[in-house]
Amino acid sequence: MGMTMTQKILAAHSGQKSVTAGQLILADLDLVLGNDITSPVAIKEFAKLNKNKVFNKEKITMIMDHFAPNKDIKAAEQCKLCRDFCGAKDITNFYDVGEMGIEHAFVPEKGLVTAGDCVIGADSHTCTYGALGAFSTGVGSTDMACGMAIGKAWFKVPSAIKINLTGKLRKYVSGKDVILNIIGEIGVDGALYRSIEFTGDGLASLNMSDRLCMANMAIEAGAKNGIFEVDDVTLDYLKEHDAAKPKIFKADDDAEYERILSIDLSEIEPTVAFPHLPENALTFEDIGDIPIDQVVIGSCTNGRLEDLMAAAEIMEGRQVAKNVRVIVIPATQRIYLEAMEMGLLRTFIECGAIVSTPTCGPCLGGHTGVLAEGERAISTTNRNFVGRMGHPKSEIYLASPATAAASAVRGRITSPWEVMKNEVHR
Amino acid sequence: MKYTGNVLKYGDNVDTDVIIPARYLNTSDHAELAQHCMEDIDPDFTERVHQGDFIAAGLNFGCGSSREHAPIAIKASGISLVIAKSFARIFYRNAINIGLAIVECPEAVDDIKEGDRLEADMDHGIIKNLTTGKTYKTAPFPEFVRKIIMNGGLIQSIANGAIK
Repeated sequence: MGMTMTQKILAAHSGQKSVTAGQLILADLDLVLGNDITSPVAIKEFAKLNKNKVFNKEKITMIMDHFAPNKDIKAAEQCKLCRDFCGAKDITNFYDVGEMGIEHAFVPEKGLVTAGDCVIGADSHTCTYGALGAFSTGVGSTDMACGMAIGKAWFKVPSAIKINLTGKLRKYVSGKDVILNIIGEIGVDGALYRSIEFTGDGLASLNMSDRLCMANMAIEAGAKNGIFEVDDVTLDYLKEHDAAKPKIFKADDDAEYERILSIDLSEIEPTVAFPHLPENALTFEDIGDIPIDQVVIGSCTNGRLEDLMAAAEIMEGRQVAKNVRVIVIPATQRIYLEAMEMGLLRTFIECGAIVSTPTCGPCLGGHTGVLAEGERAISTTNRNFVGRMGHPKSEIYLASPATAAASAVRGRITSPWEVMKNEVHR
Repeated sequence: MKYTGNVLKYGDNVDTDVIIPARYLNTSDHAELAQHCMEDIDPDFTERVHQGDFIAAGLNFGCGSSREHAPIAIKASGISLVIAKSFARIFYRNAINIGLAIVECPEAVDDIKEGDRLEADMDHGIIKNLTTGKTYKTAPFPEFVRKIIMNGGLIQSIANGAIK
């Protein structure tokens, strides 16, 4: 029987000619990732293994991004533990304030993952690197500890859902709108234990920021991983970022899929996921008048340069609505610098937004934009669970950077098509 | 592996942000995490839970973040077994890796009510509701997973050479 992209990568990493869905395997890892929240737990577990060395000091990365720059003393202690561990074990890819970015924007930018790799990360959004044609999945801290020790992880080979993309996105519509539509269609457990494989003629029109965003949120449908077929866009990106030589795995023609979805990208509209689940996706004909208190534009989902460009295009020459706080967070130092050179930061600041150093901060209610009781935010992040961004009685609406920017200037949840209606070519 | 206790019952899609809110992730101390377990969905959880109790929940339990702090908080709060209709996959593997017993049993979850007293025999995969007298059969763990649990978790399995 044929194999999916994911199954082929897992077979190649477990020394087998073929694997089938449901099989349990032990796979070799190309990269083991952790952040300042999950790594401290992994470091404590690692100590119980009585191993002096990690399996490969170049194949482990720790990135201080969640509660960094340190939000309090305990957060500072956690970063210090990671710093000391990486120093003692001579781990090459330790990234601290000044160099770090939000991990899932930073790792591809740094060229740490290439097509065909098998990657685990102690962060659920590790599935982002599927956009590069890698098998990449989120795990816990114990898996990270064992991965650091032996360079392997156990997996149940997943079955798959295929998403066949056709057409081309309209202006002010992005990968975020596509993935919110998909999660709306299949539900937050619609891809539970499965991989989501993206393919089709429509792929060519999606830039890498769109793809990274879509793979990033595969976990919000419960998926083990999301993976894109490798094409010229992927290969150009990998080359530009000095990634290792790509290994391309294409699904067999007779690969088995539990479900096949077809999506015409030209039919996707600006979409918003209502509290408190990412599956509550609505388009503007069903969205009433919803005033907002805060806007967040950033995160591992939507803090890339194209995201900031989309937001700036709408905010240019306009003003943030009264009584709305807008927080823009370029996801990496490099994106920050590029946005500065392009004049985007000036646009944001003149519009009335603040621009923060790279951090996960507000996405998980950590710092830099925590919500009070009863407050409402529209955010380009990935989760709108109860209490995710602060008080359990606050509300988060998930949307694209364009929709968040349109909402920022109107003070209520607004379609970018509405704000740009005189300039839009639909 | 036999457990007896009372049930605390929840619905579908209980996410790791409500199991242990991110504002408490600046620590990995088990007892401290347990003090805030389920705080945003059930503020009285820590007062109501007793050693050995069960959580029964609907679909996709533990969805969201990969934080191992979630199964750690549940285990440290005294919960002996989580019975759900289904589990989110990262939570599922984290629970196995740290040795928190979990089992999928939709029929049991449908019947079980808040406060029911249960007895679970995980060697034979049998859950008995002592309040109603009903018995449910669950699927055993796959052999590879059983090996991890038998060895006391993934760390111990590697430390003693069961997994290389």
